[in-house]
Amino acid sequence: MATRAVISLPATPKAGEAFEVRATVAHAMETGYRSSDEGARLPRDLVRRFECRLDGELVFAADIFAAISANPYVSFWMRASQSGELRFSWRGDNGFEHFETRTISVT
Amino acid sequence: MRALLLLLVALAARAAEPDLRRSGRDTMSSALRTLQADDAQHPAQLALALGRELWGQGGKSCASCHGEPEKLRGAATRYPAWLNGEGGGIVDLPGRIQRCRVRHQQQPAWAPEAEPLLALTALVAQQSRGLPLAPPRSPELDAAARQGQQLYTTRLGALNLSCAQCHDERAGLRLGGSLIPQGHVDDYPVYRLEWQSLGSLQRRLRGCLSGVRAQVPAWDSAELLAFEAYLARRSAGMPMQPPGVRP
Amino acid sequence: MKRREFIVSAAVFAALPEAQAEEAAMRDAIRTWAGRDPEAGTLKIDIAELVENGNAVPVRVTASEPVVGLALFTPLNPEPGVIQVSLGAAAAKPEFSTRMRLARSQRIVAVARAADGRCWQTGVDVIVTLAACVEP
Repeated sequence: MATRAVISLPATPKAGEAFEVRATVAHAMETGYRSSDEGARLPRDLVRRFECRLDGELVFAADIFAAISANPYVSFWMRASQSGELRFSWRGDNGFEHFETRTISVT
Repeated sequence: MRALLLLLVALAARAAEPDLRRSGRDTMSSALRTLQADDAQHPAQLALALGRELWGQGGKSCASCHGEPEKLRGAATRYPAWLNGEGGGIVDLPGRIQRCRVRHQQQPAWAPEAEPLLALTALVAQQSRGLPLAPPRSPELDAAARQGQQLYTTRLGALNLSCAQCHDERAGLRLGGSLIPQGHVDDYPVYRLEWQSLGSLQRRLRGCLSGVRAQVPAWDSAELLAFEAYLARRSAGMPMQPPGVRP
Repeated sequence: MKRREFIVSAAVFAALPEAQAEEAAMRDAIRTWAGRDPEAGTLKIDIAELVENGNAVPVRVTASEPVVGLALFTPLNPEPGVIQVSLGAAAAKPEFSTRMRLARSQRIVAVARAADGRCWQTGVDVIVTLAACVEP
C-alpha cells in the first residue's frame, strides 16, 4: 500500500488569524514490545520526527516516541500573514519518509 | 431483562413502546464519542481516504458501475443480504464487495480483513450514516437469523458463557474494568482501539468467541453469517454511524 | 475532560523502590530535554480521567504563556518519552494535541520550556482500564 497522510486545515485562512492544523500519517508505530502469533518479537519500527514548514521556515516540529499511537496524529495552531506553501514531512526507522504539501491562500 | 429486551426488539416498530436499546456510542466515554463524531480526528480517516482512492482505480473501477460513492446511500443498511444465482448465498457487506471484485472486476478476492477491503467497506458504510439499519427478509435469511438467535442464547466455550448473558442480561454492568455494551451492530466497520485498526463485525465476533475459549468459526462460515443475520435484526431500526470507534 | 492532581498519591507511590527507579528514569529524560530540573508550574493537560483503552488516548497540552517547547513524559510506560514539540514563530498558540499510548494507570507529566530558558512542569493522574477479554 502506498503511504498516505490526511491533513486538515482551512484552505483560505484570514491573514494573521490563528487556525488549527491536524495531520495524521499511516504508520503502524510498532513499539518493539509486541510478539507475533508465533512468539517472535516484532521489531521496533517508528516514525521519529514530524515537521511543518511554511515556505521553508519551521512552524512546528515533534520528536515522536513509541508511546505515540499508531497512525500518529498531531494538531497545532499557526498563523500566516501571506499566502504560502506548507510542507509536512515525516521521517522514521528503516528509511521511512513521507512528504505532503498544501498551499494556503490568505485572505 | 433478556426477555424484555427481545420483546422490545420484536415490537420496535410500535411507536407506543419505549426502545431500551442503546448504541455502544452512548455508553462510551465522551473522549471516544468525540473521536468518532469529529471527521478530522477519526482514526479511520486514512482508511476512508484509501477507500476513496480505490473507488476510482482500475479499468473497471467501482465508479464505472456505481458512479459516486454517495449513490450508494442506503445500501449498507440492507445487510446481511441473500444473493440468488450461482455462487449465491448469504453475504455481509465485505462479502458483497468481494463478490463484486471477483465477478465484475475479474480480480482475485482479498484475504479476510485486508486493508483495501476494510477501506471500501468503511467508505460504502459511511454513505448510510444516520439511516436506520434495515436488514432484508427472505426464507434463507429468516432461517439464518433463527440459527443466529439460538447461537446467541447458547452457552459456548470453555468459559461456558452465552452472548445473551453479558449483552442482554448484564449490559451496563462491568466485566473487569470495562463497561458491558448491549452489543449492537450499528457502527460497523469499527476502528477498535484494542486492534489499533479498522475491523469487521466478523472479526469482533471471532474475538468474542475466542474470549470465551470457544472454537472460532472460519471467516464467512455459516455460523458467523447466522450471527450477523440475527444481530442485524436485533439492532434493526437503530441509526447507523459508521465507521465507528470503540475501545 | 478535567485536570486533576493527586499530590498525596504521588508521594506515597514514590516511596516504593521500583517506582523510584522509574521516576528517576523519567526525571533524567525530562532533564535531558529541558536542560535542567523544571520547577512546578501551570500547564493544562486535557486527558480523560478514566481511559477505556490505553492504545490511543487523546491528550492536549496548553501553556498559559508563549513557549518554544512542550513535552510529555510517563513514569510507568516502558520508556519515559512520549513526544517533544518545538514551536516556531508562526505557531499561534502554546498548545498541541496528539494520541498517546498508556500502558497502565499512572501520572503523566507535561513540561514547558520558554525562550529565556525557564522550564516548568505539571502532572495529571490517569486511570487506564484494559479490555477484559484477550483477543488473538
